[in-house]
Amino acid sequence: MELLSGGEMLIRALHDEGVELLFGYPGGAALHIYDAIFNQDKVEHILVRHEQAATHAADGYARATGKPGVVLVTSGPGATNAITGIATAFMDSIPMVVISGQVDSSLIGSDAFQETDMVGISRPIVKHSFMVQNAEDIPVIVKKAFYIATTGRPGPVVIDVPKDVTDPARKFEYRYPETVKMRSYSVPAKGHTGQIKKAVEILLSAKRPVIYAGGGVIQGNASELLTQLARMLGYPVTNTLMGLGAFPAPDTQFLGMLGMHGTYEANMAMHFSDVVLGIGVRFDDRVTNAVSKFCPGAKILHVDIDPASISKTVAADVPIVGSVTSVLEEMLELIKQSETQVDKKSIDMWWQQIEGWRAKDCLKVVSADNDVIKPQQVVQAVYKATKGEAYVSSDVGQHQMFAAQYYHFNKPRRWINSGGLGTMGFGFPAAFGVQLAFPDAISVCITGEGSIQMCIQELATCLQYGLPVKIVCLNNQSLGMVRQWQDMQYGGRYSHSTYAESLPDFVKLVEAYGHVGIRITKLSELDQKMEEAFALKNRLVFVDVSVDPSEHVYPMAIKGGSMKDMYLSKTERT
Amino acid sequence: MRHIISLLLENEPGALSRVVGLFSQRNYNIESLTVAPTEDRTLSRLTITTIGDDRKIEQITKHLNKLIDVVKLVDLTEGSHIERELMLVKVKATGAQRAEIKRTTDIFRGQIVDVTSTVYSIQLTGASDKLDSFLDAIGNSSVLEVARTGVTGISRGDKVLSL
Ligand SMILES: Cc1ncc(C[n+]2csc(CCOP(=O)(O)OP(=O)(O)O)c2C)c(N)n1
Ligand SMILES: [Mg+2]
Repeated sequence: MELLSGGEMLIRALHDEGVELLFGYPGGAALHIYDAIFNQDKVEHILVRHEQAATHAADGYARATGKPGVVLVTSGPGATNAITGIATAFMDSIPMVVISGQVDSSLIGSDAFQETDMVGISRPIVKHSFMVQNAEDIPVIVKKAFYIATTGRPGPVVIDVPKDVTDPARKFEYRYPETVKMRSYSVPAKGHTGQIKKAVEILLSAKRPVIYAGGGVIQGNASELLTQLARMLGYPVTNTLMGLGAFPAPDTQFLGMLGMHGTYEANMAMHFSDVVLGIGVRFDDRVTNAVSKFCPGAKILHVDIDPASISKTVAADVPIVGSVTSVLEEMLELIKQSETQVDKKSIDMWWQQIEGWRAKDCLKVVSADNDVIKPQQVVQAVYKATKGEAYVSSDVGQHQMFAAQYYHFNKPRRWINSGGLGTMGFGFPAAFGVQLAFPDAISVCITGEGSIQMCIQELATCLQYGLPVKIVCLNNQSLGMVRQWQDMQYGGRYSHSTYAESLPDFVKLVEAYGHVGIRITKLSELDQKMEEAFALKNRLVFVDVSVDPSEHVYPMAIKGGSMKDMYLSKTERT
Repeated sequence: MRHIISLLLENEPGALSRVVGLFSQRNYNIESLTVAPTEDRTLSRLTITTIGDDRKIEQITKHLNKLIDVVKLVDLTEGSHIERELMLVKVKATGAQRAEIKRTTDIFRGQIVDVTSTVYSIQLTGASDKLDSFLDAIGNSSVLEVARTGVTGISRGDKVLSL
């Protein structure tokens, strides 16, 4: 058997776990581990410029590949800088393992230099955490960490490693366990067949059904099955912000995204439905609007792997706890065997009603005068230039909603966005995490001039590793989403949401970092310049697009109302 | 409604803080909490009393179950059960009061476990409301100090909470 130090075991265990990439930033407490990285070539380490970016990059990598993202940071400030990214991954159930250095065991609790209680600070935003007490435990802890992070409802796991545990002078026998069993952790596998039968019966006798599918379908790799189910039934489908791509957006059965900035037809269909099949969703407040007025006539069928998600905000009539894949497989089988047939006549009438709502064309874009660019048109131009095939990450704000509304995701894992925590600064690091996973793919970050400045230092990381990410900045010279709320709820008092005079020259800025900058200010040049940007396949290109700053995102749910209560434009509401 | 939730927890560092943290993080309240290792030293048994409607209690038990360190859990109040709390109370005991307090203690089946010329220390076990009644009977003005353990409990009959 091989003798390895704690630091070596850690890196070796990552390799044995199948980890290829690690995002991190060194510091005192992690230096033994960094030395172990130096002495091997199996696990590649990507040096970021801020630990927050390491977590977002690992997160983007995880969302695009389905594999866990891995992060290594030092103690104290390194660990605390990682917190925002861990919380982001937690809220969206993203598999991630974060290894943080810690001061020597003997110093813990003494307010030592760069000591922080990482296990304590991260406790509410991790699925689980470990503090390594003995170097010998490292292989088992790493195995458990990955097992917990990637199974059931995925999530981030922290491993806090005191420096003495990684001491290169102390070597131990290394053996990586093949499997791990934990008496206190079991993964719900199949749903309850009786419940699934009940759900299928209700589903088949529905007259105004909607399939409401979310991030769980993507996480559970069940998009294919969902699409089969929807096609077999002929029912309308809507996706949550997290679920975009779970069902092909160009499909006529797709109603668009639902919720706060969802389409008119998706929200109306939800409100007037008689059966809602929620799959891998959590009835988030950004979807339901006022819970008491949510889908008044609907029976709720709710499939999720996390029992705590079921009946948390909206009581389910038929709760089904299980992996979406197994439940969908069973549903498909039961539907094939069932004697009850879809109520074709009612469903046709339901579609007629839906087509009526769809005819409103709530996402229609009207060009401005004077060659001014509307932000929606930028997303449309990106869609055209990338032929709908890109991985699109985004930050948070109006640009995020425009990206969600106007980039029609055809496949799962293409839309990389911080839905739950809504973290500005997420988009760009996530985009280069994706690029590392898929070097030949187009990875574009649709961002705002506010958000991009939260992790702009990563331009240097992209230069170092030659990552040709495309950044498309919908520059409205303001914290647009904040401004929109101030327009709508605060009488247009723009308290600290504008900064036009102090914006950097982004073209010069990215040039200083060694990249290409392109500025677009006129609608007439939008498509052509966007094509040019994406034609520069091997370069990072920052496209700074001046857009109409007065634009709002619509539709927008009216607070306190039901799902059918929406503003449709500055002057029109339902 | 008041619920008594008993659970078996991995006896590991930080495990208790995850349970307690869950309650504050999700805005659930803890009325009392008792914890001690079981006959199996790798497990602790924890008993929490909390108050909430059915929906809230369902969420609490689901979230507790989700904690990786929680091995098994039961809501004792769902079935018939035995609950006990231990109280140590110091009361002023002088003159005629001494006999009176002794009598009350006997009625409640308590024991006087320490005596000075002016103070009795009394030990009492029972359901929480019995302990409350005892304090009422003694009267606020005589009570000098109260130490209560919080509720622990076990279900009646053959049902057991074990691995
Ligand atoms: C880290 C963080 N801080 C604050 C917010 C609140 N917030 C939400 S959207 C937004 C404005 C974003 O501005 P920008 O990136 O320019 O996007 P725009 O809305 O203008 O398209 C702010 C400040 C947030 N989501 N994340
Ligand atoms: Mg902006």
